[in-house]
Amino acid sequence: MTRPPGTLVRNTTAARINHWITAGCFVLLLLSGLSMFDPMLFWLSALFGGGQSTRAIHPWIGIVLLVSYAGMIVQFWRDNMWNRDDIAWMRAVDRVVVNDEDRVPDIGRFNAGQKAVFWAMALLVPVLFATGIAIWEVYFSAYTTIEQRRIAVLIHSLAAVAAIIVWIVHVYAAIWVRGSVRTMTQGYVTPGWAWRHHRKWLRRLAASGSAGPRPRP
Amino acid sequence: MSDLQSQDYVRVSASTLTPPSIRHHEQEVAKLIDVSRCIGCKACQAACMEWNDLRAEVGHFEGSYDNPLDLDPSTWTLMRFTEWEDEKGNLEWLIRKDGCMHCEDPGCLKACPAPGAIVQYANGIVDFISENCIGCGYCVAGCPFDIPRISPVDHKSYKCTLCSDRVAVGLEPACVKACPTGAILFGTKTDMTVWAGERIVDLKSRGFADAGLYDPPGVGGTHVMYVLHHADRPSLYAGLPDRPRISPLVDAWKGILKPLALAGIALTALAGFFHWVVVGPNEVQPEDEAQGQRHLKNAGDPR
Repeated sequence: MTRPPGTLVRNTTAARINHWITAGCFVLLLLSGLSMFDPMLFWLSALFGGGQSTRAIHPWIGIVLLVSYAGMIVQFWRDNMWNRDDIAWMRAVDRVVVNDEDRVPDIGRFNAGQKAVFWAMALLVPVLFATGIAIWEVYFSAYTTIEQRRIAVLIHSLAAVAAIIVWIVHVYAAIWVRGSVRTMTQGYVTPGWAWRHHRKWLRRLAASGSAGPRPRP
Repeated sequence: MSDLQSQDYVRVSASTLTPPSIRHHEQEVAKLIDVSRCIGCKACQAACMEWNDLRAEVGHFEGSYDNPLDLDPSTWTLMRFTEWEDEKGNLEWLIRKDGCMHCEDPGCLKACPAPGAIVQYANGIVDFISENCIGCGYCVAGCPFDIPRISPVDHKSYKCTLCSDRVAVGLEPACVKACPTGAILFGTKTDMTVWAGERIVDLKSRGFADAGLYDPPGVGGTHVMYVLHHADRPSLYAGLPDRPRISPLVDAWKGILKPLALAGIALTALAGFFHWVVVGPNEVQPEDEAQGQRHLKNAGDPR
């Protein structure tokens, strides 16, 4: 991606491709999963060629998402480690939600909200995978008891609902904080964006002479 | 089975609509299996295969009279043999014809996500409409009796239909017709309950003090009932559940969770929308841009 001069790299090309594979899988899983969760939404299975094919495809997309999200964890875990700034940010969350950024403490590459989304998915994706395997009738029904499957399907549904709610928060935040969508499409931000939303990140990049996404060692 | 039926549905899986129910005078039916009269000949198993055109794969002798060893997509009924010694040391051979119980409150139907894949007719029979089945296996999780089996060939779920096709045209189920001792009877649920009562009185007079009818209330009663000599301990009969009910896990999953989940998802989306309406976008201001630029300049040109 051609980056205008004077801008900063927010997400590398590899991270962006990785993100959109994950996102695509997530949306497909959400649609196919909801069609099997609530009869009112069974019509969504038509998008996948009917009930039988929805049932057959859903777990395979789940495997792609697991691998893809593992890639996301590898790329993003360092910048998502919890630190003292996050507590200060959380205390100021009432100012965050009213766009009063001047009175929000400076933070690094990711704020506590972004980290919460990252770790929530890092927890929910493996839970969904493990419980999904347990209810994957075609290949794994011989290895589970019926009671285990009942527990698994309930946890799978609960975790899926939690993941969908986290996903809505994630998507809305990207729309709300202008310039965020471009960080994942073209990958860059203006220095003003970095100053407003991730001031410590900007300072570290500037101090090390890096164009991003991480300071030079 | 197919849905070429002359009977009305009273319940349809994955549907909130009330099925047509104008002919509600229809009497509920029941199959009564008198375990005390069963000789274990397996004529019912053979008749079931014959009528429904089922040919299970031929297996191997495993040291048990159970043959095949378990229900499968092509075995909708199965004699299960139990050798049991009572407290006095007497050996009793308990033979139970296993298969779908046709619950009044069917767990399979409750768990099924595919509209119209599982139906209950006004006469009480619970039937799988294979064309609509998606092969997810949720009916297996819903069933308190471990009855449905998913075919690995066509990925559809199968079980006893109570010969709904025969019943619809006034015939009795094939197993009933084949039974040589009259251990399997078919009629209205009321008649079968009365008949069972007589049998139980008889059994009690012959020393089976705990004889009784198995029509478990936990699933609203069943349209397949057993006369048991030891009705106080149904689990003696190859693990027949003592107090069957739809698992609370399935109840939670198919009950409260569905509306809660959709409400939670909708409320989150609405909260986002109204946040946008009330607060609006968080935009980078010209002074942010100036500050950011200056900061980068001061530190030297990055890159």
